[in-house]
Amino acid sequence: MSDSGSDCGDGPWVAYREREEWKDVSPVPQDDGPHPIVQIAYSEKFRDVYDYFRAIVAKKEISDRALDLTKDAAELNAANYTVWHYRRTIMKELKKDLKEELRYITQVITEHPKNYQVWHHRRVIVEWLGDPKEELEFTAKILRGDAKNYHAWQHRQWVIREFNLWDNELDYVNKLLVDDLRNNSAWNQRYFVINNTTGFNDDVVDREVSYTQDFIKKAPNNESAWNYLKGVLLDRELSTINDLMTNFMCTSLADEFDTIRSEYWNYVSRVLSNKYGQSTTPTTEQTVVS
Amino acid sequence: MDQSFRCISIDSEKFNDNSITTNTSEEQSSVEESISQFYKNFKSRISSKEEIEPAANSLPKLNRDLHLSYLKKGLRSLSESYECLDASRPWLCYWIVHSLELLDYPLSDDVIAQVAVFLSKCQCDTGGFAGGPGQSAHLAPTYAAINALCILGTEEAYKVINRNTLKSFLMKMRTAEGAFKMHEGGEVDIRGAYCAASVAKLTNIITEEMFDGTPEWIVRCQTYEGGFGGCPGMEAHGGYSFCGLAALTLLGHTKLCDIDRVLRWTANRQMRYEGGFQGRTNKLVDGCYSFWQGGAFPLMHMILSLSENKSLSAENWLCHQKALQEYILICCQHPGGGLIDKPGKNRDFYHTCYCLSGLSVAQHFAGGKLGHLTVVGHEENQLRPTHPVFNICVEAVVHSSLYFSKLPKV
Repeated sequence: MSDSGSDCGDGPWVAYREREEWKDVSPVPQDDGPHPIVQIAYSEKFRDVYDYFRAIVAKKEISDRALDLTKDAAELNAANYTVWHYRRTIMKELKKDLKEELRYITQVITEHPKNYQVWHHRRVIVEWLGDPKEELEFTAKILRGDAKNYHAWQHRQWVIREFNLWDNELDYVNKLLVDDLRNNSAWNQRYFVINNTTGFNDDVVDREVSYTQDFIKKAPNNESAWNYLKGVLLDRELSTINDLMTNFMCTSLADEFDTIRSEYWNYVSRVLSNKYGQSTTPTTEQTVVS
Repeated sequence: MDQSFRCISIDSEKFNDNSITTNTSEEQSSVEESISQFYKNFKSRISSKEEIEPAANSLPKLNRDLHLSYLKKGLRSLSESYECLDASRPWLCYWIVHSLELLDYPLSDDVIAQVAVFLSKCQCDTGGFAGGPGQSAHLAPTYAAINALCILGTEEAYKVINRNTLKSFLMKMRTAEGAFKMHEGGEVDIRGAYCAASVAKLTNIITEEMFDGTPEWIVRCQTYEGGFGGCPGMEAHGGYSFCGLAALTLLGHTKLCDIDRVLRWTANRQMRYEGGFQGRTNKLVDGCYSFWQGGAFPLMHMILSLSENKSLSAENWLCHQKALQEYILICCQHPGGGLIDKPGKNRDFYHTCYCLSGLSVAQHFAGGKLGHLTVVGHEENQLRPTHPVFNICVEAVVHSSLYFSKLPKV
């Protein structure tokens, strides 16, 4: 079994320093200084590829072979932002096929869905293409594997905003929430869509409150839905519950129902007491856990 | 010190899925199940001894020696599996030297000099630091390198930093609206604003034009939930929320955000069963959020005290410091040294650094002139206090700030 990293799958790996077509280039070893720190035990292949990568960067070589080299380098460490940036520099200068690059980065993201550099690369390629046609389906595919992947959501939001793709997003969000009503990323996306389209006017607020209530009735212990409800009602006259009632609630939350947050609830209670001059809770000194 | 433990009587705190099972609730229940084993084992250890005064050897203990040897070895050499962090080597330096300073382990003069020279190899001629020698400058390793150099704390280490080129690098990363790109041709997010503000402040090169518009951009990242997302529109997230709050603190514009909502959201990220923090609503506990979320409590305490908030405690942060320490000590220590995300996960230097940083925050309260110590378990578990804005130890901030304050403006 060869450790071929070549995407073409054309036989066993041949080191760059053994390749006839690279004879004109002198590899540039990494300069870690006299006393290396956090020194990584690189594989032979890693060292070889990066020695040549440093060489082409040093001579600012823009060529097809350099482009292929960046692919090998990115495969060994997809988080090397210098490699991806250099790859884009070459692509631009040589006017490379962006559609093909999109296919390539699709495959890399599928392998490394939680990596900043690969998603950023995709975004730049889509920007250059000026065509978001595959993006909603692609991010949906990644989200089928991990419905809360932050990079995928960030890319999706960018695409939607940049190319005005708001139309079917609430339906998509709804599907995700039906699937998992605790998917907080989906609730956030719901807020994002409404906030950037209709805004929260009275009708929308009524609709959203009732939508959210349905989910809350199904599973009351779901902070995502409550947070969304609170978010939707943010700037409204909130409730008729008076603060004294709230103060009583704080105390029972601190002492019984939400003890992990006792410091927080006691604080909220003291804030209310100080505001209304009603001392219903012990002072700081007395609440210190015994 | 009172040694009652929260984790021995929390069965009723397990997640109630209201008989609606989803992916989220299944994952949550399975994590609670694995953590319950750790808490149960701990409970049987202490109850097999004296019920009231547990014997010293059954108290939760930070395995200092194991962590130290894991860290010291890593500072020298790392296995091939670290190739994926080859563009984050200043981070590795920072995670390790910060963990070591928290553990109060003194580095030898030789090692200090060697780390400083290595980091100088990561500095770029055009300013800022790169992920490794010969790579291009990036704000994240710049933040890590400068933090590490300040921890080293020698004049030789401080002198590695070229403040003139650093300033021009930061100005190049600035976008028109005052956000920051992570690197040339790179992504823009709230980490950039924090990293830039942190290094500019520490090295005393901060100017008004450098961060013009930045606080306003950061505030646009605060969500309806209360925390901050990576960029405007995105979901509130522990790492980004810390960056937003710490950057506003550094820039002196905390009044622009809604601090009550940051507090409410952050306080609710502490898990009622596990005791540790989750990064986002309805996600799983992770040891690293002990700092990203836990570290926000000192910041919020400071911000709330600016408005002379008489309701603030003078002894505790607004989170459950003991529960957090129990989670870290009982569930997040790898048996071979190093700390972890949650039971079953592998150790790494990132989690080691942020679990220890979170543990330090949970031990040391400091509000105004008052300090108060809460150390769960052995006395020797006590770590050095970390500075919640930069996340390097307080002394390192004081020394480096003094040094850089005497240098001329660039």
